[in-house]
Amino acid sequence: MEIKMDLISEDKINSMSSMEKLRFILDGVKSGNIVILEGGLSSEEQMKLIELTMTEVDDDFPGIEISGYPAKRSFLNLRKKTRLTVIGPAKVMHTIKRDKDLISAVVSAV
Amino acid sequence: MKLKRWRKGILSRLLRVLFFRKATAKIGIYGPPNAGKTTLANRIIHTFVDENEDIGVPTEVPHETRRAVRRKGILIDLKSKSVQNPYLNTTTNPDSTATSTSVQKPREGKAKLKLDIVDTPGLATKIDFHDFMAFGLEEQEAKKRAKEATEGVIEAIKWLDDIDGVLLLMDATEDPYTQTNIVIIGNLEARSIPMIVVANKMDLPEAAPQRIADAFPQHPVIPISALKGENMDELYKEMARRFR
Repeated sequence: MEIKMDLISEDKINSMSSMEKLRFILDGVKSGNIVILEGGLSSEEQMKLIELTMTEVDDDFPGIEISGYPAKRSFLNLRKKTRLTVIGPAKVMHTIKRDKDLISAVVSAV
Repeated sequence: MKLKRWRKGILSRLLRVLFFRKATAKIGIYGPPNAGKTTLANRIIHTFVDENEDIGVPTEVPHETRRAVRRKGILIDLKSKSVQNPYLNTTTNPDSTATSTSVQKPREGKAKLKLDIVDTPGLATKIDFHDFMAFGLEEQEAKKRAKEATEGVIEAIKWLDDIDGVLLLMDATEDPYTQTNIVIIGNLEARSIPMIVVANKMDLPEAAPQRIADAFPQHPVIPISALKGENMDELYKEMARRFR
């Protein structure tokens, strides 16, 4: 079985509203794709994604696996700059190791 | 936009602290499934309210708590805790006698803190009914539990809007650097909600609380064993400092 990966640029993600982003990601993941966001999601968006995911969990879709580099403080420490986030179906993706600058995940076909 | 929201969060919290301070703080116990949230809630209630009262029944099956449970009106009184705590003589050695109380350090704090404890369902990004079947549940029962667990996660997230402080529980035997922990810390920081990271299960030989402190150096980390009542004094003192 092939697994598709969608690598989404920061510009594309920034052009979407918050709900559009979440819907876009979840639709992709529910279709079995691994979604990689260049600019990442903020903590608030990730929490909303978890919430939205929980409303759609069923027998065939147990949820998502999500990993990302933590946000970095930008100039003058005023705001956080989000970084790469990887989201995949929990059935096929499993994070085995991660730290501040490394994500190591296994992707296996069901 | 984000900066505006951040400023608003800081400002509203500052105003609340200065002018609209609540007499009773609502403290949420958050964390991943099986971190020991219900055990900690029970421990606090046993110590300060009634040793026979339980907020829930902890089990090894994940997502045992699937509805947030609130226990109102708990008075954390550090001064009189030694009198009220039924576990002080039996925390580390069940065979020890009353003399163990006499070697306890004198209480430093005199602080009183009135709070409501909210024991929340474990936060997770995936809930697979097959995981419950591994604990011996029938398929129908496992699916029902999975459905309730998803609702529990949503409820726990919604509760964040009404919480004044958080005890974020982590299992000291597990890798703390999970996305769930990072997401909840990020959200609490964005909302300026005070939190204490609690490294639970320090009584287990494989526990490594320092790993949690290294992962989240910007927050206070208190190692405890909610099950055995170890180091609870330190947690109560920190709660009195952070949540007043």
